[in-house]
Amino acid sequence: MTRSFTMDKPDERRRLDAMAQGVIGKPLSRPDGPLKVSGTATYAAEYDIEGAAHGVLVRAPRFGTLTALGREAAEVMPGVLGVFSSDEFLRNPAQGTADEAPVQGTRDIAYVGQQVALVVAETFEQARDAAYRMELEIEGTGGAVDPEAVEPERQDDETVDQGDLDAAMRAAAHSVDQVYRTAGHAAAAMEPHAAIASWDGGKLTLYGSYQMLNFNKNELADSLGIDVEDVHILSPFVGGGFGSKLGISQEAIAAAVAARGLGRPVSVVMTRQQVFEGIMRRSETRQHVRLACDENGVLTGLGHESLVSNLPDEPFAEPVPQSTHFLYGGENRKISLDVARIHRPAAGSVRAPGEAVGMPVLENAMDELAEAAGIDPVELRKRNLPDCHPEEDIPYSSRKYAECLEEGAKRFGWADRNRTPGGLREGEWLIGHGMAGASRVNQTGEAAARVTLHRDGSATVATNMTDIGTGTYTVLGQIAAEMLGLPFDKVRVELGDSKDPDGPGSGGSWGASSSGSSVFIACEGVREKICEALGCDEGDLTLKDGDAIHGNTRTPLSDLLDADIEVEGKYEPGDTAEAYVQAGYGAYFCEVAVNRFTGETRVRRMLGVYAAGRILNEKTARSQCIGGMTWGIGTALTEELAHDPRDGHIVNHDLAEYHVPVNLDVPALDVVFIKERDDAACPLQSKGIGELGFCGAAGAVVNAIYNATGVRVRSYPATLDKVIAGAA
Amino acid sequence: MQTRLTVNGEEAALDLDPRTTLLDALRHHLKLTGTKKGCDHGQCGACTVIVNGRRINSCLTLACMHDGDAVTTIEGLGTPGDLSALQQAFVDHDGYQCGYCTPGQICSATAMLAEARDGWPSVVTDDLTGAPALSREEISERMSGNLCRCAAYSNIVDAISEVAE
Repeated sequence: MTRSFTMDKPDERRRLDAMAQGVIGKPLSRPDGPLKVSGTATYAAEYDIEGAAHGVLVRAPRFGTLTALGREAAEVMPGVLGVFSSDEFLRNPAQGTADEAPVQGTRDIAYVGQQVALVVAETFEQARDAAYRMELEIEGTGGAVDPEAVEPERQDDETVDQGDLDAAMRAAAHSVDQVYRTAGHAAAAMEPHAAIASWDGGKLTLYGSYQMLNFNKNELADSLGIDVEDVHILSPFVGGGFGSKLGISQEAIAAAVAARGLGRPVSVVMTRQQVFEGIMRRSETRQHVRLACDENGVLTGLGHESLVSNLPDEPFAEPVPQSTHFLYGGENRKISLDVARIHRPAAGSVRAPGEAVGMPVLENAMDELAEAAGIDPVELRKRNLPDCHPEEDIPYSSRKYAECLEEGAKRFGWADRNRTPGGLREGEWLIGHGMAGASRVNQTGEAAARVTLHRDGSATVATNMTDIGTGTYTVLGQIAAEMLGLPFDKVRVELGDSKDPDGPGSGGSWGASSSGSSVFIACEGVREKICEALGCDEGDLTLKDGDAIHGNTRTPLSDLLDADIEVEGKYEPGDTAEAYVQAGYGAYFCEVAVNRFTGETRVRRMLGVYAAGRILNEKTARSQCIGGMTWGIGTALTEELAHDPRDGHIVNHDLAEYHVPVNLDVPALDVVFIKERDDAACPLQSKGIGELGFCGAAGAVVNAIYNATGVRVRSYPATLDKVIAGAA
Repeated sequence: MQTRLTVNGEEAALDLDPRTTLLDALRHHLKLTGTKKGCDHGQCGACTVIVNGRRINSCLTLACMHDGDAVTTIEGLGTPGDLSALQQAFVDHDGYQCGYCTPGQICSATAMLAEARDGWPSVVTDDLTGAPALSREEISERMSGNLCRCAAYSNIVDAISEVAE
């Protein structure tokens, strides 16, 4: 049986609140936790496949046209089974939700580090050594690599030109007109991209590390020119994604091509350097922000014009102003997004594309405006919350931004801070406080899941959705346990098998709401069947602790069922996606200490208050938020892809040179959730949380640096040199 | 090269390409894939194992350099049905998300606690004369060789603190 639901109007039934099991929202530990902490969770490269050979990818050291592979020196090395390169190889990964092959072929080398061949040998050591012997012949010179030196393309769908911003700026009582820059970022998931390909006749099994199997299976099949029915992808554990594993990537195709050629399985693991070069980066940005307000701090104009970059032919453009469109008012608006087509490595989704870098900058500008207007930064934001979308006449679904600001200010002791920049010292440390808002668009995607209530009173949830550390195994189990009245440990969740019903994939923070809704819908179908068996109405049915209760009777499900009940639930986003502005909101408050002599910034404490609809599991949701806040610290202080100005290549292509935060960089983080139900978001009343905790966080840190030192750093990250230069 | 290791209490006799790292010997030859490869350059700590009582990055050392050594990997610390106190604390405090850095974090923390018990100071230790008290700062400093991109640091410190007490 299949049961479908389209989100065409707000679901005000709030069914989960009416259930009796009491597990939804609870901070339950992950059922997959014991496997992860004991090293028995199996990641992509870790399947013991009989006869698997090892492949090592070969990078192009410059761009141009590949005229010869120069494979001879590699082929004669001990243990080498073959050197593979074909028109099927990918230039770069598929963009998220592409559902088809990305640009393919190895002849045109579009960026330094493009992977053009695979050397396969009996052992990893043999393949690695042989790969170094390849003598690629590349002719010609490449194109531009500086995003500010080419004429960019405008993204029409992001362009808003409303009223007269120039006039509003001239007439403003207070204004800000500044250009900010943010550095490119690497997702740097801890598990490098890896795949083992194994053919059985014309059928391919791929053990991989991917976020969206529902799309990845089509991307894989399209890349290889085979039917999707002939590909089977398994990704039950994914060692981090953050967007970097949204689309099928180079190692999968290379492994499949080589395995087909050799007639034996091939395992390919990218080196860390290959991940940095070959996998999507977040584009650097240049953002021109203009804010105009009246004497009371009410915005009259807002401009946010951004420049990002990508390779030619890549459809993705870092959507910098995504939340700017709706977060604050101001009737005169000028918002745009330009893409420079250059030959740095491919740009794509890295955690919270858009808001990750757009929100900190907007919130820096708001901090500057608050100072110019002499209004508290929290108050300034509260004065600028529009009644409806300032560019389109549509209402907000549920927006608890003001509540987040107020609760955060209260808990942090915001009112007690020193307000004079540079005015608070502890020895050689300057102490500062800053805040910023959080906003992240909420969206859902098509999702299906199969729920089986077994005769013994246990249940199984199956979907090709993934858990990339987000807690999918946990929250889908909680939704099913709540809806079916089962103890949490009676529900088994099976993920990461492409043959199961199509989930939404993990990306855009839509996984829990979309996949969870499909589980919810399936469970509603199971409940209907139980009602039929009992001869009662849904309204009279209570399911709890494995029993069905109606009237004065209480029947164990295991007594009631003479066969398994299996329902596939299908969820589709509908009219509420367009009829409401849907977003998660939050507020960050941060204390930093900045060294007077070195310019070093240490984050001392940080609070995030969030409203993201129903929280499905307080523990895993909190983990998402502390992760996001830590990314904010990295964005603010250390993370920066450095490109060689001559050829655009990523100079700092590993974890020694690209500085993600380490343990000592992060204080004990404080996370608070505001109770909320967003009926327009999905039948669970939940909104995305995987990215929200990051969207603006860096802005709070940089605003705190200003409060500590009096230095406005407008180029991320706020490294020591920039702070010191500003102080001089 | 002939190399004898004692891994998690069991003797292993290996005949390896001398270029084989201890990490790849564990993962490819002994099929102990609990030890993870995150960077292969000693930058991330995912491959941390305990050799003769000390934590090391197993990617930065060749297996043949460890003839006769005793190696403890994550599989030797506990099993899903019989977790060590630290492993259980990581589950309770959600000291991970994707789980990929987790074995390295736990091996590192296991050896780190022993180092602290033995009185080893760290760069943030104020008093070098007594056994260091494991404050949040001490734990964070001593665990800063183990990257976690999911950024469970705050929870990792909570988990280790609980066991350290």
